Amino acid sequence: MYKVKVGMATCGISAGAKTTYEKLNELIGGNGALVELTITGCIGMCYSEPLVEVVDDETGEHVLYGGVDDKGAEQIYKQHLKRGSVVDELVVLKWRDGQKPDGPQSSFLVDQERIVLRNCGVIDPEKIEDYIARGGYEALKKVLSKGDPNWVIDEVKASGLRGRGGAGFPTGLKWSFAAGNQADIKYVVCNADEGDPGAFMDRSVLEGDPHAVLEGMLICAYAIGATHGYIYCRAEYPLAVKRLRKAIQQAKDAGYLGQKIKGSGFSFSIKVKEGAGAFVCGEETALFASIEGERGMPRIRPPFPAEKGLWRKPTNNNNVETYANIPWIINHGAAEYRKFGTEKSPGTKVFALAGKVKRGGLAEVPMGMTIRELVMEIGGGIKKDKEYKGVQMGGPSGGCIPAALIDTPVDFENIPATGAIMGSGGMVVMDEETCMVDVARFFLDFTQKESCGKCTFCRIGTLRMLEILERICNGEGRPEDKDKLASLSEQIKNASLCGLGQTAPNPVLTTLRYFEHEYDAHISEGYCPAKVCPTLVDYVIDAEKCIGCVACAKGCPVECITGEKKQPHVIDQDKCIRCAHCITVCPVDAVMKIAEPKKQKPVAAE
Amino acid sequence: MADTKAKNGFNFQLWRYDGEPGELIPLLQAAQDHYGYIPEHAIEHISAATGITPSKIYGVITFYNQFRLQPMGKYVIRLCEGTACHVAGAKTLLEVIEDEVGVHEGETDDDGLFTVLTVACIGCCSLAPVMLVNEETYGKLDPKKIRSILRQIRREEQQKSQGKKAAQPAK
Repeated sequence: MYKVKVGMATCGISAGAKTTYEKLNELIGGNGALVELTITGCIGMCYSEPLVEVVDDETGEHVLYGGVDDKGAEQIYKQHLKRGSVVDELVVLKWRDGQKPDGPQSSFLVDQERIVLRNCGVIDPEKIEDYIARGGYEALKKVLSKGDPNWVIDEVKASGLRGRGGAGFPTGLKWSFAAGNQADIKYVVCNADEGDPGAFMDRSVLEGDPHAVLEGMLICAYAIGATHGYIYCRAEYPLAVKRLRKAIQQAKDAGYLGQKIKGSGFSFSIKVKEGAGAFVCGEETALFASIEGERGMPRIRPPFPAEKGLWRKPTNNNNVETYANIPWIINHGAAEYRKFGTEKSPGTKVFALAGKVKRGGLAEVPMGMTIRELVMEIGGGIKKDKEYKGVQMGGPSGGCIPAALIDTPVDFENIPATGAIMGSGGMVVMDEETCMVDVARFFLDFTQKESCGKCTFCRIGTLRMLEILERICNGEGRPEDKDKLASLSEQIKNASLCGLGQTAPNPVLTTLRYFEHEYDAHISEGYCPAKVCPTLVDYVIDAEKCIGCVACAKGCPVECITGEKKQPHVIDQDKCIRCAHCITVCPVDAVMKIAEPKKQKPVAAE
Repeated sequence: MADTKAKNGFNFQLWRYDGEPGELIPLLQAAQDHYGYIPEHAIEHISAATGITPSKIYGVITFYNQFRLQPMGKYVIRLCEGTACHVAGAKTLLEVIEDEVGVHEGETDDDGLFTVLTVACIGCCSLAPVMLVNEETYGKLDPKKIRSILRQIRREEQQKSQGKKAAQPAK
């Protein structure tokens, strides 16, 4: 019998997996006895969505197909499911039970170690039976049968697990603080407010394996003596919220949540709270304020959450990925966990590879792997084989690590040394066509909008920095701007209460440090080397190459391209909005971007 | 039909409210689900039920990006401005959308068809640049694709309203 799984996380659905699923469902129709069609979470290979996996129960053979639209679905049905022969042209990977995958895309997976993503893309996330069949809730049972909260804390401490939300605080230690504080009620909070642009690890875990997060929270609650839990999830992740709610209901029905769980004296309930769109709510004290129904503004620490957190009660707050690690650690033991990663950063980390990389997606790798291995091997290198410029890690709080530091190991020691941060795992790859001043401006624009306004330096300082970056990108930079940015950065870092302000200048500081020449080109030479900043670039049609096919003129949004059919076309520079559409449609690459140092230094108008 | 259900949703939430702290944001979300935005009378109802002053409720509404005090268009366009979409040229695409719809970001057009918004990241980075139109995701966009998607929606809506007009006299 065949089992057919369609990857139906948000990314898969966006790529058209729903159509693929419906097509397969229609074709399989009444043959449910021969073929079982299910959904699954994110397999991680977002670049070849929609993905369909066909498993042959008898031989244990798995075939993963990529880019399956409804035609592909029909082909798979007719050729593979009916006649048993693999559709070679759509194959991404092939493997047998218990063996490493093989196939054109196997280099994406061979160096990965799947602890957090152990079930993502394997099980149907909407079925608790699937989770249980893969050893789900065994860790909870083990903990309950041992009956010793201190053992749990010691085990988590021994594993060396560090918070995966970004800061890397030792998880076991954090739990011991909350466990040590006595109160009538204690809370366990899961931070699922994944707000960093370019990061989607937590979403994939919530959509692909929600029970793992619930089980992690249950174990934490048992260890610290909490009875109530909250998952604070971004409202922008409707599918994650839906699957979480479903999972909570199933866990209740199965007796894993509620009163006197599995006959023990331990009771625990979990509520999902939807965020309302404020990046600062990823900061834990702001998150608590938001759960309480207030404006999400951070509070002064101390008192720390372990002492006075949610509703001023002892609270333990961890990130989604941290909780998802816990059941594995309890089942396999701390020593086994320490076999992955480095001495000071044990275990694995999930990264969301995006940007100018060939194979964007989710990759879970042992800590200490180099950026080169992640980007060049797992990621498959740079799109269109352009020149690698750097990688942005840690979102708006992080920084840009240049190509020269490509051999930096990715862990909690080496990444902060570059000026970036580990962050939650977003990795946006940049190539020669990415302007680093524009990237800095992009992040400042983000943090400036998202500053809650409590601290003056964050509220106003980021705006001043943004204004400076904007004028640099518009070709109006002034000689003193670099120094101004650096001094504002220091002040904002020192005078902000929470992580948002303290880290907001990082993108500017790292680009100033590693890409100063790009700032100089914008400010004093009047051009954008990456040809991104519109006013510092010109688009010109090469009259010799142009075949007069009118494709560019037809597609031009402002109709600024003129010329007769079969005659060279001309771009009216005054009307041009620099949208680059003409470049993308030209069949003969006749449209050129021109950016060169202007002889005359632009006048810095005061 | 769906409207009645949503209305029950908001009223039900208000009725169910039993003084449990921290329910303000879910109540506001229920109100917005129903009305498409948060009208003044909804603030008054929530205030009466919870005892939280309207001014404080207003403060919470304006703090969060999700809440709207103005009605939104039938189709809400959310262009992703995440890092991956940004480096893939999302900024130009916003200009194209604004040009096509004829309003700026954050605004709704005169016939209430489109509202143009940007969103921080929808987490479909491998499909960048991405936009959402209501619940539908469109990936790997370029200016041409955006214009054809929006024009298609506009055409369909025009056909629908013409169909209605044609059907009216027969009534």
